[in-house]
Amino acid sequence: MAVSANGLERHTIVALLEDEPGALNRVVSLFRARGFNIASMTVGPTETANLSRLTLVVDADESVLEQITKQLYKVIEVLKVTDLSEDKVVARELALIKVSCNSQTRAEVMQMADIYRARIVDVAIDSVIVECTGEEDKIDSLISLLRRFGIKEISRTGRVAMLRGASGATRVLDDE
Amino acid sequence: MAVAQLDEFVQPHHRRAEGTRLSGSHIICETLLREGVDLVFGLPGGAILPLYHVLPEYPQLRHVLVRHEQGAAHAADGYARATGRPGVCIATSGPGATNLVTGIATAMLDSVPLVAITGNVATHMIGKDAFQETDITGVTLPITKHNWLVMRPEDIAPTIKEAFHLATTGRPGPVLIDFPKDVQQQLAVFEYPKVLHMRGYKPTLFGNIRQIRQAVKAIQEAKNPVILAGHGISISDAYDELQELAETGDIPVVQTLLGLSTLPVSHPLCFGFFGMHGSVYANRAVHQADLVIGIGMRFDDRACGKFSAFAPKAKMIHIDIDPAEIGKNVRCDIPVVGDAKNVLMVLNKELKAQGGARHTEWVDSIHLWKRERPGIKVRHSEKLLPQFVLNKLSEVTKGEAIIVCDVGQHQMWAAQHIAYHNRNTHISSGGLGTMGFGFPAAIGAKMGRPDETVWAVVGDGGFQMTLQELATAVQENIDVKVAIINNGYLGMVRQWQELFHDNRYSSVAMSNPDFAKLAEAYGAKGMRCVHKADVEKTIREAMAHNGPVVVDFVVEAEENVYPIIPAGTTAADLIEEPDLLEQVEETHINLLEGESPALATGSRSNGSKQGKRGR
Repeated sequence: MAVSANGLERHTIVALLEDEPGALNRVVSLFRARGFNIASMTVGPTETANLSRLTLVVDADESVLEQITKQLYKVIEVLKVTDLSEDKVVARELALIKVSCNSQTRAEVMQMADIYRARIVDVAIDSVIVECTGEEDKIDSLISLLRRFGIKEISRTGRVAMLRGASGATRVLDDE
Repeated sequence: MAVAQLDEFVQPHHRRAEGTRLSGSHIICETLLREGVDLVFGLPGGAILPLYHVLPEYPQLRHVLVRHEQGAAHAADGYARATGRPGVCIATSGPGATNLVTGIATAMLDSVPLVAITGNVATHMIGKDAFQETDITGVTLPITKHNWLVMRPEDIAPTIKEAFHLATTGRPGPVLIDFPKDVQQQLAVFEYPKVLHMRGYKPTLFGNIRQIRQAVKAIQEAKNPVILAGHGISISDAYDELQELAETGDIPVVQTLLGLSTLPVSHPLCFGFFGMHGSVYANRAVHQADLVIGIGMRFDDRACGKFSAFAPKAKMIHIDIDPAEIGKNVRCDIPVVGDAKNVLMVLNKELKAQGGARHTEWVDSIHLWKRERPGIKVRHSEKLLPQFVLNKLSEVTKGEAIIVCDVGQHQMWAAQHIAYHNRNTHISSGGLGTMGFGFPAAIGAKMGRPDETVWAVVGDGGFQMTLQELATAVQENIDVKVAIINNGYLGMVRQWQELFHDNRYSSVAMSNPDFAKLAEAYGAKGMRCVHKADVEKTIREAMAHNGPVVVDFVVEAEENVYPIIPAGTTAADLIEEPDLLEQVEETHINLLEGESPALATGSRSNGSKQGKRGR
């Protein structure tokens, strides 16, 4: 289990919620009101209509994690909450990194991106946009390498995650 | 009179048939009727006009016009607490809606089923900062169990049905439904839904049998068990089951503030109020317990003090319907999630099957502490002490009246001195501690239980926050009695400044109106009592009067509430009343406890923190 900078364990929590107006607001409001710490949050549609999947990365000890799960369940739109233990999950993040470069340095930037299996998705006279997918560590590492060329802009998604194998966080729907 | 004119064109009519096209406002009223509502508290305004336009067509839906929307929320709350049925309040958009906020937050912290209905600006004006527009669903999001903005008239009936279901089931709580003005006017086919489909809401009502059996085992193994009875007992109507558990397991019961009146104080296993201002023996019992059974309570800091040091020797059983309460504040060894009544029924059955339990020595020792140590008494004084007033009120009402408290010193004295005999007769804002709650909540309680005597016990500070509802009580002739424990101070704040802030009084002294005259000006009966000898007579006279009465008890200004466990500390740090035992008044509760004042000793647990008395 990864440990965050503040010494707390880092957990990935997936919450499935009905796509009602204000549902996301309720979750975020709950975290703010109870002082839970969100490292990242990603939300998007799922395989089922009107159901959103929320991936939360939180730094929490065991008792806080338990509170987070229980308090999430009290939100009426939340159908299921799953703590994805990190050894059994595929976790990914996406980053777009705009890097300064010129005709001399562009090749080196491209080579660097290539090593990280990142792609150049836009080229301008004095910059490129690198698209990188992977775990946070990998993206952090690429960013630190690209820094010396001058980073103009970064846009990162936050983590999305899924259990390996046949079982899944959305199983709640099969029960019904 | 406007009301008389209305009667000419309003035909008291029967329910409208389902399947017909009705306006949104008619659908709201029809659905409320089908939810069993017959009383609403509210105040009209622009965005809720369409609903008020049709209200006169529904005389079976009595509307009580308040003078401030906060009064509507508290009155509906008081009604709900007194009856167990959902209370309904109505307000317009913007300021009307925001005036409900304190009342909604009060209901949230105390798990009260409150349904708030608000108007809002028309749908096409939402988000345009229109006149009297407020995002009230946004504002009340963290203080409601759930809320809705209804954008289509066909959604009205299903939403109201959902709202009542959520408010009243599981752990109850307030809900708010916001209706834009045009939605109240538009037509839709009225269908009252037969069933609800809420996938994300499945409260756990029945306890896990394995956990219950563990609890039985723990009770049988314990030497010094104690039950902490909370508000959940009254919410789930588990009074009989609580008494049965106490008797079957021979377990002393202490009560949280909102757990008062769950077991008669005369019951030999009832040791009353514990926590910050609870008695020495009740707190000592919890502190020395080897098993704590919390039922329908949430280990609040005012009850438990320092969480990590609470009941240090005890194994903890926690029975609550809300799983999020388990382990939130205080550690838990045996959690049982479920409705208190259901859980206790099974627990009692299992415990009986195992032969119950006996803890005679332990129960005797608490009785002994009760005799030996200073409990909660009234010090003898020629002056009019607030404790004496509450004690007399208990005596005259025989502990059978509904006492609706406001918040402050008088609230704690009421908790200490009123010998609650009947179930669900103590109503107070516990969690939020809302000053101004008491009087409007008493109006709601009286309307919910009209055959019972209802006293609002308020301070001079809190009463002035919602006293405009005197006009409501007079207009509707609501027979509620108000006892103002008037010490000319924001008393509890003053006490904390005295004890914990170097005796520096900062903005706590108040010059007050003549409350008796003020009451008369509103058309109520006003009385004033300044002498100890007049207290009983005054209370009796107030009760003999038919209609709202305000009694201004002008009491000693600088009395403190004792005992006190300072915030964030433990029962070991409890401060008892200094000099109490010089002379103790022969009062109702003292006699009731069967104590001889001479037996008591004057020992204090913390001599360095002696409190002071009125100068």
